[in-house]
Amino acid sequence: MSTQPDLLYSEEEEALRAAVRDLLTDHCDAAGVIARSESDAPHDLSLWKALADGMGLAGLLVPEDRGGQGATHREAAVVLEELGRAVAPVPYLTSAVIATEALLACRDGGDLLAGLASGREIGALAVGLHTAPGAAYATVRAEGGVLHGELSGIADAAVAGLLLVPADDGGLYAVEAGAVTVTPQVSLDLTRPVARVALDGAPGRRLGDAGTAVRRALRTGAGLLASEQLGSAEWSLTETVRYLKDRKQFNRPVGGFQALKHRLAQLWLDAVGLRAAARNAADALATGEDTDVAVAVAQACAAPVAVRAAEEALQLHGGIGMTWEHPVHLHLKRAKANSIALGTAGAHREALAELVDLRAP
Amino acid sequence: MTDATEMRRRTQELLAARPPAGTERLDFLRARFDAGLAWVHFPEGLGGLGAPRSLQAVVDAELAAAGAPDNDPRRIGIGLGMAAPTILQYGTEEQKRRFLRPLWTGEEVWCQLFSEPGAGSDLAALGTRAVREGDDWVVDGQKVWTSSAHLARWAILIARTDPEVPKHRGITYFVCDMTDPGVEVRPLRQITGEAEFNEVFLTGVRIPDSRRFGEVGDGWRVAQTTLNNERVAIGGMRLPREGGMIGPVAKTWRERPALRTHDLHQRLLKLWVEAEVARLTGERLRQQLVAGQPGPEGAGMKLAFARLNQEISGLEVELRGEEGLLYDDWTMRRPELVDFTGRDAGYRYLRSKGNSIEGGTSEVLLNIVAERVLGLPAEPRTDKDVAWKDLAR
Repeated sequence: MSTQPDLLYSEEEEALRAAVRDLLTDHCDAAGVIARSESDAPHDLSLWKALADGMGLAGLLVPEDRGGQGATHREAAVVLEELGRAVAPVPYLTSAVIATEALLACRDGGDLLAGLASGREIGALAVGLHTAPGAAYATVRAEGGVLHGELSGIADAAVAGLLLVPADDGGLYAVEAGAVTVTPQVSLDLTRPVARVALDGAPGRRLGDAGTAVRRALRTGAGLLASEQLGSAEWSLTETVRYLKDRKQFNRPVGGFQALKHRLAQLWLDAVGLRAAARNAADALATGEDTDVAVAVAQACAAPVAVRAAEEALQLHGGIGMTWEHPVHLHLKRAKANSIALGTAGAHREALAELVDLRAP
Repeated sequence: MTDATEMRRRTQELLAARPPAGTERLDFLRARFDAGLAWVHFPEGLGGLGAPRSLQAVVDAELAAAGAPDNDPRRIGIGLGMAAPTILQYGTEEQKRRFLRPLWTGEEVWCQLFSEPGAGSDLAALGTRAVREGDDWVVDGQKVWTSSAHLARWAILIARTDPEVPKHRGITYFVCDMTDPGVEVRPLRQITGEAEFNEVFLTGVRIPDSRRFGEVGDGWRVAQTTLNNERVAIGGMRLPREGGMIGPVAKTWRERPALRTHDLHQRLLKLWVEAEVARLTGERLRQQLVAGQPGPEGAGMKLAFARLNQEISGLEVELRGEEGLLYDDWTMRRPELVDFTGRDAGYRYLRSKGNSIEGGTSEVLLNIVAERVLGLPAEPRTDKDVAWKDLAR
């Protein structure tokens, strides 16, 4: 570590946060998300249009000369914090972060970047969402530019027009969604559903080396996912504190009972730690310094905090926490699915064992 | 107006007048105090220049570069951190001139007579009595956990002067002369074998009324000044990765593969991550302070480090296997300084048990976070309007 990471938010980043939060407050209320999650179209494409078209956020990670905003991972992380706070059903992580980073790593396919950056095209990397950076992943069979096979657990594939498919010849191929069969799987996380993708002689265009592209995409995705998890954990804490100040039992606000105060204080401590770790990962991705360790630390920390925050929120809301109409279940489902997404905390700890030379027996 | 350039000029002037190489340590420290470069935010004539506190770093850097002796702030931490701000706010001009210079140079060590055996986290429940006799107060009682009492010349003391009113209102704040008759200091031996703290027995100790700070019965408010200053320096330190208690454990793990087990590996990796997250949290807090946007994170840092130190040192004892059955030395010692990371794994394990008790228990700190940071309601209190003498004990 030659330089210290910048762990704060700049004024511009705070302004960006405020703009995204305003938009989400107006266009992404919990009742709407819940209603949508049970429909045939769980994704909110008009919200996506507002974020991508209206605010240009889908192109944050794409350089300006390639049709994007030329911002850094620090700004994208702030957007994800707010999307996580709202459990927004938009393919931001999958398209604007993961698919975009995969394309940025490829020699060809520059023409596709502008589409993703504008948000008019939604992309999905056809690698199971559970895959950790550096882990093995399934591929399809490539025969003379035509692809055969089936992949599952592909997040947001249902709304993607462009699939980036790794094949057994080591290439990453661009495949149009119209050429494949996408079958939604019943997903634990209703707001970021996964799907099965079947390719039966689908024409693909080879973009570059899959190994490099997938690794980079998943590492960036894992590092920035921590910011989404932070947003969700903060929502859980804030809502629970508010509820416990209001809710009375035994003629006192429930939040005045020490047993509950200590649990919330501990949750706050954990969230403060996650904020530092997530900020560190975003900064490391932006500067390229110490990136592998920063991402692994953030992911080893994030899921346990986000899941526990949602679980505590549910428990401390009492009966209402168990209901379909209260949004805490959206956060619990997202948090639990996120604890598997892009590698479990345990997988990231194992990665650290190598990275910081604390090897297994 | 004093700025960084002016600070450098004044510091160089001091260094020219008293070259560190040829000057005795105490002479240099006295000269530094007299030049207003001891604590630049203090008033002129009292070791400072009435300058912004941030300029101290400029002075310190210049002096360190010149190899000047320092006043070993860790050794006189109670005087610097607790007594000095209270003297500054509540002392008479004469008292300030009498006490502050030898306090800062370390010629006179201070201790703090607040805690009592019967009043731990409920500090205001204290029972040490001070009864007025003419121009004096006569003090009887017992204090505990007193660091440096065996070295101290002076003590800040809170005692009960009116048992007829509720507990917070009947306390008065004094400066106690530790050499007076009736002051008895006994070492308090701890689980580590060391006697780092003391018990102090006060029997008929006479304190002149001129050594009272604040009004009679207003000692609790004065004590808040002292206690609020206890945590001043937090967050200023920049820690490298593995800079804390995790460092020695990671080193042992790397150097001695024969000690490794799968269970310990899982626990070590978890704690390594937690230590790194705590370090980053501290670094973020430091950056916030530098940027002039102090956050509430400081309230949580002590909690996090107490738990981490305990878990990491506990793991380390197990990691050492057969060696973990041993201890370096049980001979009673009286260290002037506590070295939390020094000595061996067994010592670190035992000493870290104090981390969640000293300076506010983790339970009390969690209450503070819940109430002051999250805004949750305080516990209902049954002692607020009851005279101290009528409280159940």
